[in-house]
Amino acid sequence: MIKYKLESVDLWYRDFQALKNVSIDIKANQITAYIGPSGCGKSTLIKSLNRMNDLIEGCKITGKLLLDGEDIYGNIDVNLLRKKVGMVFQKPNPFPMSIYDNIAFGPRTHGIKSRYKLDDIVEKALKDAAIWEETKDRLKKSALSLSGGQQQRLCIARALAVEPDVLLMDEPTSALDPISTAKIEDLMSELKKKYTVVIVTHNMQQATRISDYTAFFLLGEMIEFGDTKTIFSMPKNKKTEDYITGRFG
Amino acid sequence: MRGVFFTAALASVLAVALICVFLFAQGLPPMLKIGVLDFLTGQRWRPTAAEPSFGILPMILGSVYITGGAVILGVPVGILTAIFMAEMCPKPVYRFLKPAISLMAGVPSVIYGFFGMMVLVPAIFEVFGKRFDMMSGNSMLAASILLAIMILPTVISIAETNIRAVPRELYEGAVALGASHERAVFKVMVPAARSGVLAAVVLGIGRAIGETMAVRMVAGNQTVMRMPYEFFSGTRTLTSNIILEMGYVERGSLHFGAIVATGAVLFVFILGINLLFSVLNQDIEKKRNKKGAG
Repeated sequence: MIKYKLESVDLWYRDFQALKNVSIDIKANQITAYIGPSGCGKSTLIKSLNRMNDLIEGCKITGKLLLDGEDIYGNIDVNLLRKKVGMVFQKPNPFPMSIYDNIAFGPRTHGIKSRYKLDDIVEKALKDAAIWEETKDRLKKSALSLSGGQQQRLCIARALAVEPDVLLMDEPTSALDPISTAKIEDLMSELKKKYTVVIVTHNMQQATRISDYTAFFLLGEMIEFGDTKTIFSMPKNKKTEDYITGRFG
Repeated sequence: MRGVFFTAALASVLAVALICVFLFAQGLPPMLKIGVLDFLTGQRWRPTAAEPSFGILPMILGSVYITGGAVILGVPVGILTAIFMAEMCPKPVYRFLKPAISLMAGVPSVIYGFFGMMVLVPAIFEVFGKRFDMMSGNSMLAASILLAIMILPTVISIAETNIRAVPRELYEGAVALGASHERAVFKVMVPAARSGVLAAVVLGIGRAIGETMAVRMVAGNQTVMRMPYEFFSGTRTLTSNIILEMGYVERGSLHFGAIVATGAVLFVFILGINLLFSVLNQDIEKKRNKKGAG
């Protein structure tokens, strides 16, 4: 099943064209990884999937971006889109409030007030993000008291708490130590059972370890897209081969 | 070369230290002579009577009430303005608003006083005069409104700076969860800046309680005990008590000493406010450092 269907997407930041004629299908309940050197447009692309690019002044996008067949740049409620499409950022960004309130922020935003329901949601989200055991006795403590890796898993839990369909992860482990990274990678294979995951990563080993599909970007163009195994073992394009064998990037 | 910098730094510290020493050296003996309790809790200020009494409670309360009123009126407006400027203001409006508020901070207080005398006081008399049996528009209300305006630039600029200092990532995190702009601002950004916003309020209080010229021009300056609800009557503040009597007092008299002691009491108030401010500031610093480590 196809979750996202992108057709000839072009994106400009004022005069600079950051994405050039990108067409890609993202399958449901799979992990799709975007790789490529800095400035290749992979982060730009992931941010256009939940319209976080709207926050950037002078950003213009053309082409078709369909989520479950619906044009996400058409006449839709952006807040509902972002409820449906969760996002985890490069740097952990817990709110300076308690662990509980961090997780409950999303559900509260979408109108859930009952303490009983919120308790359930918080517990479930923390369990799904594999951080329940570490936090269950300190839910009222500030989220800033957690370690960097724990903070990132908290942010994943926070995104899961609004029950999204899709989880976008923009280099979620680039600020973390190897042990925390391993924990999050383990988590991702669990997550894809329930969610469609799109991840941007600089780390090619990570892409091979966790993803089902990989897209390689260079200077705003999508050079190659396919099965992760195929891309890394038999790339069709010379540029892809050069990048994954470490000849540049 | 380092010596030059050191001397420059020393000069300001020395100035504060000297002020402190002068105020307490000159103010404490008369206070002891009057009796500290009689001085601070006395309700009568009759410095030139045959049997003089030096009670400054009316002035302490005058300062507290007028400042309280200014905070109640000015702080909400100031904080909302700061939020607007930091998070909601279109650029062309900001380009006009920012210098306007800087200008507000630069207007001499005597000009504010004039504005109060010629606009605020008559307007208050016009609106409330008959209903509250006022002799004139000079009142705690006039002083509070005027001070509320005067503390705006302080409250706005410090609160705005602190809201802007909140990392953008928090805003993005909130919006990415489907929160509207308003919800992200009011539920995440502003609470994240709360100690800074509180610091803005505290500095505003300091500015209000220390203001002299404008207050004396609109507050009526009666040395009568006022209750907080007597907003339509005039009163005197610690600051105006000093400036009103300094002109004619005989140097070296007990009256003179009592005025200096009034200054010392005011100074203690300001010290307390600054202490509160630095405690809050330390709190902010601690949070920033924690963020860096994380």
